[in-house]
Amino acid sequence: MSDSDNLKKALGPWKSGVEKSISKFPERRSRFVTGSGSPVERLYTPVDLEGRDYLTDIGLPGEYPYTRGVQNTMYRGRLWTMRQYAGFSNAEESNKRYKFLLEQGTTGLSIAFDLPTQIGYDSDHPLAAGEVGKVGVAIDSLADMEVLFDGIPLDKVSTSMTINAPAAVLLAMYIAVAEKQGVGADKLNGTIQNDILKEYVARGTYIFPPAPSMRLITNIFEYCSKSVPNWNTISISGYHIREAGSTASQEVAFTLADGIAYVAAAVKAGLDVDEFGPRLSFFFNAHNDLFEEVAKFRAARRIWAGIMRDRFGAKNPKSWMLRFHTQTGGSTLTAQQPDNNVVRVAIQALSAVLGGTQSLHTNSRDEALALPTEASVRIALRTQQIIAYESGAAETVDPLAGSYYVESLTNRIEQEAQAYLKRVDELGGAVKAIEQGYVQQEIQDSAYRYQMEVEKGERIVVGLNKFQISEPKPEGLLRVDPAVGERQVAKIRELRAQRDGARVKAALATLESAAKGDANLMPPILEAVRAYATLGEVCDVLRGVFGEYRPSVMF
Amino acid sequence: MERKIRVLVAKPGLDGHDRGAKVIARALRDDGMEVIYTGLRQTPEQIVQAAIQEDADVIALSILSGAHNHLFPRVTELLAAKGVSDVLVIGGGVIPEDDYEFLKSRGVAAVFGPGTPTKSTIDFIRTNLKRS
Repeated sequence: MSDSDNLKKALGPWKSGVEKSISKFPERRSRFVTGSGSPVERLYTPVDLEGRDYLTDIGLPGEYPYTRGVQNTMYRGRLWTMRQYAGFSNAEESNKRYKFLLEQGTTGLSIAFDLPTQIGYDSDHPLAAGEVGKVGVAIDSLADMEVLFDGIPLDKVSTSMTINAPAAVLLAMYIAVAEKQGVGADKLNGTIQNDILKEYVARGTYIFPPAPSMRLITNIFEYCSKSVPNWNTISISGYHIREAGSTASQEVAFTLADGIAYVAAAVKAGLDVDEFGPRLSFFFNAHNDLFEEVAKFRAARRIWAGIMRDRFGAKNPKSWMLRFHTQTGGSTLTAQQPDNNVVRVAIQALSAVLGGTQSLHTNSRDEALALPTEASVRIALRTQQIIAYESGAAETVDPLAGSYYVESLTNRIEQEAQAYLKRVDELGGAVKAIEQGYVQQEIQDSAYRYQMEVEKGERIVVGLNKFQISEPKPEGLLRVDPAVGERQVAKIRELRAQRDGARVKAALATLESAAKGDANLMPPILEAVRAYATLGEVCDVLRGVFGEYRPSVMF
Repeated sequence: MERKIRVLVAKPGLDGHDRGAKVIARALRDDGMEVIYTGLRQTPEQIVQAAIQEDADVIALSILSGAHNHLFPRVTELLAAKGVSDVLVIGGGVIPEDDYEFLKSRGVAAVFGPGTPTKSTIDFIRTNLKRS
């Protein structure tokens, strides 16, 4: 008799025993579910993993299908990059915050831009009123970017920029600042988010319609593969999809569906998949359910490896590897008893580390209330350092592998995500599925279901719908100086008066004719920003040629 | 038949976080109200115009960018300028409690922070409607 037969034989009487005991002592609930609402069984055993082959399905770290991680030594070799997303007010203030973070031991920068910058408006645009410097730093031109990185050697740090629709312009500014520091583009390390599809679905900072947006992205892939070889040209993001309310499986599926669309577009434009494939990176959310999240990261790696190798025929193993950044789930933070958020963030961050993330942002406890203070940001960073140096989670590779539960969850998320991917393919790919509103509707349904579960008390949120206390008004929140907007407006007017107007005009005209044709737009954008054309001017030229995206509204 | 309460759910400003706006829109609809959602990036002018066109009884503003002190009062000012005084204006999103008083003084009847049950908003609307 095999081990498996013995186990199955033993499980029969065990289950009868359980039935007997729960008839006397009922379990806490009639149905147990994960954070995403999927059923959880009482017990997982080797029976749940039958039919799976270790080497094919799980494998060794650093080897296909990378379920256990993309490097063979993982954090024994090098810890993940501790990268705190930050930026507010103007370039001077943000520069100070970055230097503070670097002094505190952060190992990579992550730039938050304000909304006008993210949507390609200068600070003096009417729609920018009230928004300048609020959720990130205001960048209008190369002059601001020079201040932002003053005293920060760009060949020594890696910089992640959360910028999408105008990603080409901000990347060009970064390259131009590096030039001024005497650092060649080939020495630059970092990431631009550059993921427009999830903007249409979940984040909202789109400018242009899908087709020209995909062209800009493909142009960046091509340009960087030759001139900025160490740059991560895109960060295909599930983070915001999850924040918008999706389940874990939907997060994986819709993110990878977007990834497929980008790869397909670049291949269609004539690029070799192995030329840009190794520079693709991903960005996921770390939510509350520790085991489900770990399983999600492992499943995502396994699916992507298959997509790149089998669907796109990539030959370079680096193209098969799903490397990702993680941020803890902002929407899980409560405004009530905000110090509890420190604990939530610690558990979420642990899931990212146990799931093999390459870099991590931990949220601050006060982010359901306002932008985080320095003291809160420090605790958030210390949380990562405690996981790294005290918890033991970084001492061996993929410590939860082989857990019957975690492997079962990994398989389930893979199956559910594959089913969604099939559906998206049937609809004609991610761009079509988004245009038809399919992806948005799926996410909204999950978000509404979750909210109703919380309101009915089926889902407990500590301090929110259970264990409430009456609290004093929170004190000491960070406020952005309202005069920032006026100062930024004055600065941009001064710049327009001082720069070489003829050079700006010529550069913008060159960009316009390039946009009308099919040349790569990176070189003319780079020339325009070198001439101190503003972000708004560059985007306006492109708006004129490409038009603007108009979403269909539904709920 | 009794006329349904008409609510315009609107996103002023540039932020794209509309999970909350969509959840509240759906909850109000499930409660029997007539709901119009504007979509993202609406100017105060567009919001007021839509409210008048749609004959809305309530304008529910949602914002997470921090620009509420600038944009919410613009909506109430524009309503007043158009001579509209019987539309209930409420707000929600990531808004520091310190700003609630200011917003109330500018005609925003209530501000609902993160974690507010949709039921509280529904009850507030039903109790405080300016039109009967």
